[in-house]
Amino acid sequence: MTQSGAAHGDNYLNHEKGIKSWLTTVDHKRIGVMYLFTVLAFFLVGGIFALLVRLELFSPGHTIVGPQTYNQFFSYHGTIMVFMVIIPLIPSTFGNFILPMHLGAKDVAFPRLNLLSYYLYIGGAFLAASTMAFKGIDSGWTFYAPLSLQSRASTTLVLTGAFIMGFSGIITALNFITTTHKLRAKGLTWDRLPLFIWAMYATNIIQILATPVLALTLLLLVAERVLGIGFFDPTLGGDPVLFQHFFWFYSHPAVYIMILPAMGIINEVIPVFSRKTIFSYKAMAAAIFGIAIVAFVVWGHHMFASGQSDTASFLFSLITKLVGVATGIKVFAWLATMYKGSIRFNAPMLWAMAFIFVFTVGGLTGIYLSTIATDIHLTDTYFVVAHFHYTMVGGAITGFMAGIHYWFPKIFGKMYKEGPAAVACALVFIGFNLTFFPQFIAGSRGMPRRYYDYAPEFTYLNQLSTIGSFMVAIGFVVTAIYLFQAMRNGAKAPANPWGSATLEWRTASPPPHDNFSTDPVVTAGPYDYSSIKV
Amino acid sequence: MAEVAVHGHHHHAHHFESSEHEFVSCKQGMWLFLLQEVLFFSPLFVAYAIFRSLYPGAFMEGHQYLDWRMGGLNTLVLISSSLSMALAVSGAQRSQTKRTVIGLSLTLFFALCFLVVKYFEYSHKLHLGISTAGFFSLPGIHDPKTPLFFSLYFVMTGLHGIHVIGGMIAIIWVLRRARRNEFNAQYNTPVEMVGLYWHFVDLVWIYLFPMLYLVG
Repeated sequence: MTQSGAAHGDNYLNHEKGIKSWLTTVDHKRIGVMYLFTVLAFFLVGGIFALLVRLELFSPGHTIVGPQTYNQFFSYHGTIMVFMVIIPLIPSTFGNFILPMHLGAKDVAFPRLNLLSYYLYIGGAFLAASTMAFKGIDSGWTFYAPLSLQSRASTTLVLTGAFIMGFSGIITALNFITTTHKLRAKGLTWDRLPLFIWAMYATNIIQILATPVLALTLLLLVAERVLGIGFFDPTLGGDPVLFQHFFWFYSHPAVYIMILPAMGIINEVIPVFSRKTIFSYKAMAAAIFGIAIVAFVVWGHHMFASGQSDTASFLFSLITKLVGVATGIKVFAWLATMYKGSIRFNAPMLWAMAFIFVFTVGGLTGIYLSTIATDIHLTDTYFVVAHFHYTMVGGAITGFMAGIHYWFPKIFGKMYKEGPAAVACALVFIGFNLTFFPQFIAGSRGMPRRYYDYAPEFTYLNQLSTIGSFMVAIGFVVTAIYLFQAMRNGAKAPANPWGSATLEWRTASPPPHDNFSTDPVVTAGPYDYSSIKV
Repeated sequence: MAEVAVHGHHHHAHHFESSEHEFVSCKQGMWLFLLQEVLFFSPLFVAYAIFRSLYPGAFMEGHQYLDWRMGGLNTLVLISSSLSMALAVSGAQRSQTKRTVIGLSLTLFFALCFLVVKYFEYSHKLHLGISTAGFFSLPGIHDPKTPLFFSLYFVMTGLHGIHVIGGMIAIIWVLRRARRNEFNAQYNTPVEMVGLYWHFVDLVWIYLFPMLYLVG
């Protein structure tokens, strides 16, 4: 296992052969690639449900399905996208593949635990998805009591699946934190860590502190349905609002589990393609941690309309606005990094710029929602749906797209074509705004979310949305086509195609089994391009 | 992590520099795991605090159906098991395999005693009709929220019981390895990790006992 000085041409992809060598691998790179394909397969499924939702909403009343089926469509779309796609999207793919290489390590601290986390994810995901073969799910991705308690759908099964997936995330998180502490290369001090590592570290802390709370809450829902414990059931003396507190104590930090790794990727991409060191490294790292810490004390802003006390609402509203401060620091620092840089508009940079634009809209509309007076008006309208998608799709998915285009040459050892990449990015960017911007308008005019039907005056806005969603879908299909083509017969990638300064680019593309032929030594910061020629 | 060759000689995994490096990494991972365990139990403590402040009468009435002598006995049993586990760990650190084996066996025995006592408590209550709120059938209850107290009781002690069983499985695993003489002063990571976990399980009970049995 510890053969060093691998023969020329030996890499992690061909080091061992056969499907069994993949399924039993403890190599973080292979586990990362397995996660990548699995998560993307669920992204396809969740995306199909999104299109079905949009098709149904193309016209008021019955368009393609009845109301019960529609409930199932949006419940599956939300559950799959949140629990099976966006949460593991970046931590489990690039976290696995890139994090140890960023650190100059040979592997994560606990490689077998890493493989276990993959199988927990797969097991939980299939358990949750198997509900499609039974009675489906119909209480959204939030499983609010008492609806989720009364639901006759396969809610117990999907909750169990999400519970298991939660533990997959927790194991991954403790693995990465230990790796970051114990396996850094010589000379890689804390102030030389790439900001992607800082973002992952903050994400992992949230996963360790928040995910167990959700896990237990889902377990309580299961116990509620099976054993009748009654914590959330008013007929048995419990309180449904307690469920909301537990749920959002996790699920608000969880949106930072989804967004911080994406910010981490943008931190890597912007300096490389601007040929400038990142603006205010320390403020960037502090902003990441600021968001992670504040994340734990803002959950009540989901409950302004749930009968929470005015004092609590006031404090939650005030603290929530701090997130805007930290996010503002990041956005301005990205722009300041680009300012007077020699910008190259390669695909990763295009996606990073799309990220900044879309995420800023998502962040700014968050200020509307954290303000109690406007939130009372906007609660449970399409404004919230639009805000959520601007941060989650515009944030997490766009950040992931920047990441896959940035690290594709490293992971697969091949170059993709820039032309189709630019077209796909434009399609998704325009289609995305066409889908969700009209929802801000519809929402502020009072169109409620999750309803099967809507008033006729919203028809025009909904049709724009549906057309936009299909543009997004076409953009992703184009991406899949040129990336698969590149995997099969793309030009061979050099070790460092973009002229990056972080450690993963010092080794061959794709990397050898042990990552580095000699143990790397770090002598400069992660964004010091003075000695790197493009 | 642990690739064990013949005669109990341990080789550290290829991505660590030394056995010591591997040990401190495992220890940090274990502490992070225990941290998430604390958070895993935390919503139950929050639910307890909320329901107790809302319905103090239910807690007063409910706890009278719990026998503090049984709970006290189990507290003693678990504290003893922490002692025997500490002996096992120190045995492993000093290459005293016999002490490790005896310590682990005793811990396993205490864990089993705990579960037996718990079994009698549970079956007695279910026999009386004391169950979770949805299936509660004990007549003569004064406070309508008392069944909710028993939901808390069953969920909190049940989840703790599952952790005890998990700990027993882990103890059996290290006990088998200790009997094969795999642990010594240079390599005893699994014993120490299982020990940390076991102390955590004990600690949870130390909180549960007064919160549930000693309300009055």
